[in-house]
Formats: sequence, C-alpha cells, structure tokens
Amino acid sequence: MNVIEVNNLSKGYGKVKALDSISFSVKRSELFGLIGPDGAGKTTLFRLLTTLINPDEGSATVDGLDIIKDYRKIRSRVGYMPGRFSLYPDLTVEENLAFFAAIFGVKVKDSYDLVAPIYKQIEPFRKRQAHNLSGGMKQKLALSCALIHHPSVLFLDEPTTGIDAVSRSELWDMLKNLKEKGITILVSTPYMDEAFLCDRIALCNEGRILGIDTPQGIIEQFDSKLFEVRADNMFALLEAARQVEGVAECYPFGQAHHLVADDNFNMYRFKEQLGTFSNLTITPTEPTIEDVFINLMKQ
Amino acid sequence: MKFFVCWPAMRKEENKVMRNNLFALVKKESLHILRDKRTMLIVILIPVVLIVLFGFAISTEVNNVNVAVVAPDRTNGVNDAVNRIAHNDYFTFCGYINQDEIDQQLRSGKVSAVIVFAPDFDRRMEQINAGLPSTPIIQLIVDASNVNSAGAATAYMQEILLGTESQQAMFETRMLFNPQMKSAYNFVPGIMGLIFILVCAMMTSVSIVREKEVGTMEVLLVSPMRPTKVFFAKMIPYFVISCVVLIIILLLSYYLLHVPMSGGVWGIFSMSLLYVLLSLSLGLLVSIVVKTQVAALLLSGMVMMLPMLLLSGMLFPIENFPKFFEVLSNVVPARWYIEGIRKMMIQGSPFVAVWKEFTILLGMTVLFFGMSLLKFNDKLE
Amino acid sequence: MSETVISVRNLTKRFGDFTAVNNISFDVYRGEIFGFLGANGAGKTTAMRMLCGLSYPTSGSGTVAGFNVMREGEMIKRHIGYMSQRFSLYNTLTVGENIKLFAGIYGLSKQVTAKRSEELLARLKFSSERDTLVKALPLGWKQKLAFAIAGIHRPEIIFLDEPTGGVDPVTRRQFWEMIYEAAEGGTTIFVTTHYMDEAEYCSRVSIIVDGEVRALDTPTRLKQQFNAVSMDEVFRMLARDAQRGE
Repeated sequence: MNVIEVNNLSKGYGKVKALDSISFSVKRSELFGLIGPDGAGKTTLFRLLTTLINPDEGSATVDGLDIIKDYRKIRSRVGYMPGRFSLYPDLTVEENLAFFAAIFGVKVKDSYDLVAPIYKQIEPFRKRQAHNLSGGMKQKLALSCALIHHPSVLFLDEPTTGIDAVSRSELWDMLKNLKEKGITILVSTPYMDEAFLCDRIALCNEGRILGIDTPQGIIEQFDSKLFEVRADNMFALLEAARQVEGVAECYPFGQAHHLVADDNFNMYRFKEQLGTFSNLTITPTEPTIEDVFINLMKQ
Repeated sequence: MKFFVCWPAMRKEENKVMRNNLFALVKKESLHILRDKRTMLIVILIPVVLIVLFGFAISTEVNNVNVAVVAPDRTNGVNDAVNRIAHNDYFTFCGYINQDEIDQQLRSGKVSAVIVFAPDFDRRMEQINAGLPSTPIIQLIVDASNVNSAGAATAYMQEILLGTESQQAMFETRMLFNPQMKSAYNFVPGIMGLIFILVCAMMTSVSIVREKEVGTMEVLLVSPMRPTKVFFAKMIPYFVISCVVLIIILLLSYYLLHVPMSGGVWGIFSMSLLYVLLSLSLGLLVSIVVKTQVAALLLSGMVMMLPMLLLSGMLFPIENFPKFFEVLSNVVPARWYIEGIRKMMIQGSPFVAVWKEFTILLGMTVLFFGMSLLKFNDKLE
Repeated sequence: MSETVISVRNLTKRFGDFTAVNNISFDVYRGEIFGFLGANGAGKTTAMRMLCGLSYPTSGSGTVAGFNVMREGEMIKRHIGYMSQRFSLYNTLTVGENIKLFAGIYGLSKQVTAKRSEELLARLKFSSERDTLVKALPLGWKQKLAFAIAGIHRPEIIFLDEPTGGVDPVTRRQFWEMIYEAAEGGTTIFVTTHYMDEAEYCSRVSIIVDGEVRALDTPTRLKQQFNAVSMDEVFRMLARDAQRGE
C-alpha cells in the first residue's frame, strides 16, 4: 500500500492555479523529493497533505486516511516542518522540544533514540533562545520537534533553503538515517543537485509535475545528445553556437555551456564554423537533472 | 465487554494527556508574556498612571475660577451674594469692574467669569420672591472656551448666588453623591473599562494572530491539539493578568483616591470578572476574523476602544447624546459595565441592584463566544 | 586600460560590538561582472549596502562611480541601479506603472520614459503585459523585469543582491544572459549570489567569510590556486572554518 496517494489534486487562489491536477504516490520508507523552483506549488501541496487547507478538486490519502474526512487523525500522526522557521523564537531549544512533546502527549525521553543523532548537535545550545541559533541549527531543532512523536510520515518543506552548505549535507544524512528506520519522507527543495539524494523525485513547475522517476530514471529520459562547449569569450560563444545548424539549444551551465544537439548536428562542422573562437573545445557530456528540467520545461 | 472495562482507564489516560496538553500550552503562553518585558511593563503601568493622572492631575472640577463683578448699586443683597462667592474656596473674587471692562477682562484671561447684578437688585429680588414676573436680575458671563469647567462653574455659581433661604425653597438643586463633582469617581470605572478591553481584547487577539502570521500556528494545527484548546490556553494567562490588574486598580482607588466602595467589593469583583470574560471573547472573535497583527490592533483599537471612549459614558454623559448616539451606546459593552460599577462603587447600591447590567453583559459574552465558535474553522484559510 | 568604478579600502561596519564587515579592500573595473560570494550572514549584504549609499561605514574609505561612500551616499544612489531578491517591484502596481514610477524616481523625462519603456517591454517580449499587475507575474518574469528597470536610467553600475534565488533554471539563465548583455554594453555589474555555478559567469569573484575577503580573483585562477575542479569546491574549502552561519 502506498503511504501517500495523490489523485488529480487541484488548488487555486483567485486566478492563479497553484496546483493543476497533480497525481503521484509514495511508498513506505521512501525518501521522495519534490524538486522545483518557487511558484511550483510545493508549499501548497504540503499544506494540502497535512490537512491545513482543502483542495478544489481531487483527493489524497496519507497512511490510508483521507485528507478531508480523516484530517484529525492525520494531524496526530504526521511530522511537519513548514517552509520558514516555525518554532518559538523566544523559547529555548529545550523549551521548544518539551513543548512539542507535551502537545503530542509524549515524553522527550521516550523518543530519545530517534531524535538523538540530530539533537546531539544542538544539545550544547539547549538553553539558548531559538532566535539566537544559526539557520542550520534552527532546522535541526525543527526537525527534532517534528520527530518527537514518532511519526510514520514526515513532511519537510524546503528544509535546506537558506542554510549553509555544510549544514545542508548534514541534514540530508539525517534524512537517510530516518528513512532507514522506516519513516516515509516527502521533502521539497529548489536545488537540483539534491535530487540524487532521494529515492524518487518529481520535477515540479508552475503547479504541474514534469516528470516522476528515480533520479537515474529521470536522467535517462533525456534522449538528445549533450555537449559541453567552452571558449575564451563565453558570451559571444553562446550567441554564435545557437546559429549553427543542428543546435537545438545552447545555454550557460557554469564553467561551460551545454549544447543540445539534434540529428543534424556534426561536431566537426561546428568546430569549423566557430573556428575564430580561441580555445574552443567541445566534448560530449552526461546530462544532469537540471538539463532534464530545462528540457521538460520547454515542452 | 473488555472494552467497557478498559474504557474508564483509557479515558483517564486520554484525559491526562489532554490535561498535560493544556498545561503545556498555558505554560508556553506564560513564558511568552513574561519574556516580553516591555509589554508587561505597559500593562501594569498604564492603569497606575491613568489612575494617578485622572485622580489627581486632571480634573474637570471647578477650581480657582477668577470672578469679577459688575454692580452699579452695591446693595445689601449684592454684597451678600458677592461675599458668598468670595468666601467660597473654588472661586477667587477679583474685585468690582465697570461694564465696559467686561470684554477686555474676559479676553485677556484675567477672569473666567463676570457676574453682573442688575440695578435695584434688592427691590427686584423681593418682587421675584413675591411671585411677580421679572426679567433676569443676575447676568453670568462665563468664559466658555473650556466647556466642561464653564458648565460646572456656571452651575455652582448659580447655586451659591441663589442660596438665600427663600430661593432654597424654590430650587432644589443639589449635586447628589458628588457635590464637588469629583472627577475621580467618574473616571475610575471608565479606566477599568478601558484597561480590560486593552489587556483582554487587544492583547489576546494580537497574540493569537501573531502565531498565524509567524507560522507557528501551522505547526500547532498539525498535531492532536484541538485549536479550541490553543485559544483557551491563550486566554488563561491574560485572565490572570486581568485579575492582578483589577486588584491593583481597586486598591489604588480605595486607598489613594478615596473612592468609596460602598456597594461591597465582591459585587464589584464579580461584575469586573464578567467584563473580563466578555473582553476575552471579543479578543477571540477579532483573532478569528483577521489575518495580521496590524489588523488585530486596528480592529481592537478603532472598532472597540474608540466607541468605548466616546460612547460608554466614561468621558461624556450619555444623557447629553443626540438620540442616535444614545441608542448606539446600548451596544457598547463598556457602557453597561461602567454604569454597573458606578452604581456599586459610588452610589453604594448592592449587587442585586445591578442585575440588569449584569444580565446584559452576560448575554453579550455568550453572544461573542457563540459567534467565535460559529466562525471558527480549524483549517488555515 | 580598465578604469576603476568602485574602489574600497579598509571598509568596516560595526553594530555595537559586532563587526559585520571587517576591513575589506578591493577594486572593480568598468564592464566587469564582479561576484560577491558567501554564506548568509557572512556580511555580503552589509558590504553591498555600504557601496550603494544605503548605510554609512564605521571606518575606511571608498568611492563608487566617483562619489565618496562616507559623505556622498545620496549622489551614489542617483548613479547606480539596484535590485534585490527580497524587494524588486511593487506588487499592487502594473508593469507599466512600475516602469513609470522608477523612471520618475531616477529623474527621467516623460519622453525618455516613454521611449525606454517601449524598448524595455519589446526586448523582454512583455509588451502585452503592460497592464498586468506585477503580483500576477511568475517569479522569473518579475526578476527579469526588475533587472531591466534597474537599468532604465543607464547607470554605470548595477548592484544585484541574490537576484536569482528560487527562480526556475530557464529564467535564471535568461537573467544571466541579460547580465552579460549589460556588461558587454559597458555597464559594471556587482552581484551577490550563493549559487556556485553562477560564480563561473563572473569576470572576478571575491569570497566573503566572517566579514572578511578571503579570496579574490578570476574563477579560473581561484580553481588553480585551490587545486579545485569547481567553484563549489573552492568555496567549501574556504567556508569550512567559518564561524558565522546564517
């Protein structure tokens, strides 16, 4: 049985359609990632699944419970970390944790072994008020509070946005550990490079899902040839490359540009036509999640 | 069968969890309030400051009114009347002036009132006493740029001037309970009405809406915690604070301002507690209706405090209102509270005498709670 | 020979006993895309605000577009463009109204405003959206429009504070193409970002850690210096011992 089932879920705000007939499912103990930029509908989806708002159309179940009919039961058993820091800034780390434990009717020490690997990192700061913590520590505290009642499903809305790179990888390690303990995790992120840390992902944009698969599976959906091109004058290269026959797309990609080739493309002809560019190189390369995303967006 | 045997134990366990929940919430709310030292200071300080200010510094009493007299014939009657004014503590007799000096004296502010005695005062006075018709024999020209004190001064002067025995029989003008119209008696009930709306309605609603705005409400909702409990927990600390403030106000009024509590302290206390509950339910209603703290402040401030100040009878007597506002004032809870408190505090009426005010306040409280429950929705939107 | 448009020496900003920016010094040349990299809380935004004339330095000196940061903040503001992630345009105004507003703020005449407005909308292919409320636009469009508006008065320097946060990958690239174009046209771009791949698009990059400039060079030379494959690696090495997180 799927722990999370979403069927044609839609939600609009005025003229804007935040979610447009979304469907997907998450299996038990899966670490499922919603990958997409702002405005993709990730937060709206989380709010629907945690029963904070009602959909316009469609249905969904969490742990077999309907989000409309059984919402109270869902609220008792899931863990939720909303997009921005939502704990009490004027309470200390300890007080926040004790409070949420009491809300869920558990004792802190009963959940200790589940929360410990995370809590240990902020324990030295336990008497500090939450607003004085760094971004990374705040997220660890929020995660501890979300886990305190042994939830079977965890909903994490952009837990890694706005925090430093080191804390980000620490957080993902913690999520892997939790998954191994049997907790199903639905997490969202705008960072494409975090996709590979998930079991399966859904690429989202503007209220729609562009593709669902394992990260590797998504990559394999990219069926054109991809090249990396470089030269001394990168900007001019960009414009020039787009004029060459057989070039479907050429876009900046950090150190090099990525060139998407169609069937008419010929690598040697390309080098010839752009011979005036000094230090021109072109090599085939493997696509990344971002390449797939860009490709799917254009369709 | 087994279920029924276990059920009491399960209920007990569930009850214990629910009690723990509530306790945890109340504890958290208390921590928030106690750590917000600035607000705490304001809540305790404002009643004290207001009472001292209104009690001592500000007054609409008659005090130190400078009076000049125009009297072409200084008859015995005139001298008598002038002496009575001069010997009165609240007036200062500044001497006799001429008719043409009146305007200049008043405009320059040297005097606040001029009493003009008609010529042949004594004879005319006899005529009036005999019941014969006559034109007015005393003209009071009063600087009315301060309307409140002008009215008071005029009334008092009239009382003093006409205080001969014969006139005493004709007019029975006496200021009951507050002959000097001490404003402290007037204001203490008003201050109480104001403070409790401030603490209970405004602060409670702001506190609830803050959770909505900051986002912690989301996390609280996704838990077994019933939202009604969240609201309940928010109201309890403010209820406690209100009781503390109530005691402070009563102590200050009694010992510092000598406001009599003739009707019995318990009656005053009960009425006040009902009013606190009413304000809390108003705060609850506001918090359900608005989304931001600013809106909560505006709604509590504009829609509640302003009518309270203007229409409740705290500053301006209701009897003086035009009909429309007089009717409107029936809707303002503070009006009933202040009336009830005044009756008990100053008139010395027993609690039974204010049953009407009490019932109206009770009805309003039930209404606001009812409206809150109806409008309440445990989803985010 | 490249002319210096920004020159900063020993610039420091203190808030009480907290030193947000500690003694930074660097130059920026005309037509460069100068990148400012660092974690949140490292001091990037504070430093940028000093350069924009939005906040006065505690000590040190600097000139931006020829004006003194210590004394001529108002003149600086008139000669630069500015855009940040947090605020770019007024949501309750239409596209056209926003353009007119900012053109007015920068002192452009009615005729010039009308002409540049047309050009801008045509270039962004927004002409049909002139009367759309900004809040109805997708985030990516908003950011592109905000950047175009930041340059409407043809300033020498445009400051961009985390302009591509949360934006979809396609728009992000289109945005950077706009930046490239502006730089080719002679405008100097000063941009902060925490996307490491965007560091590669910069002519030179400075990395801020704990309020100090720990590295400053072209991306290529930085990678050589730190023996790294990507800017991400360079950054991680420098940020490892950072005291200040967000």
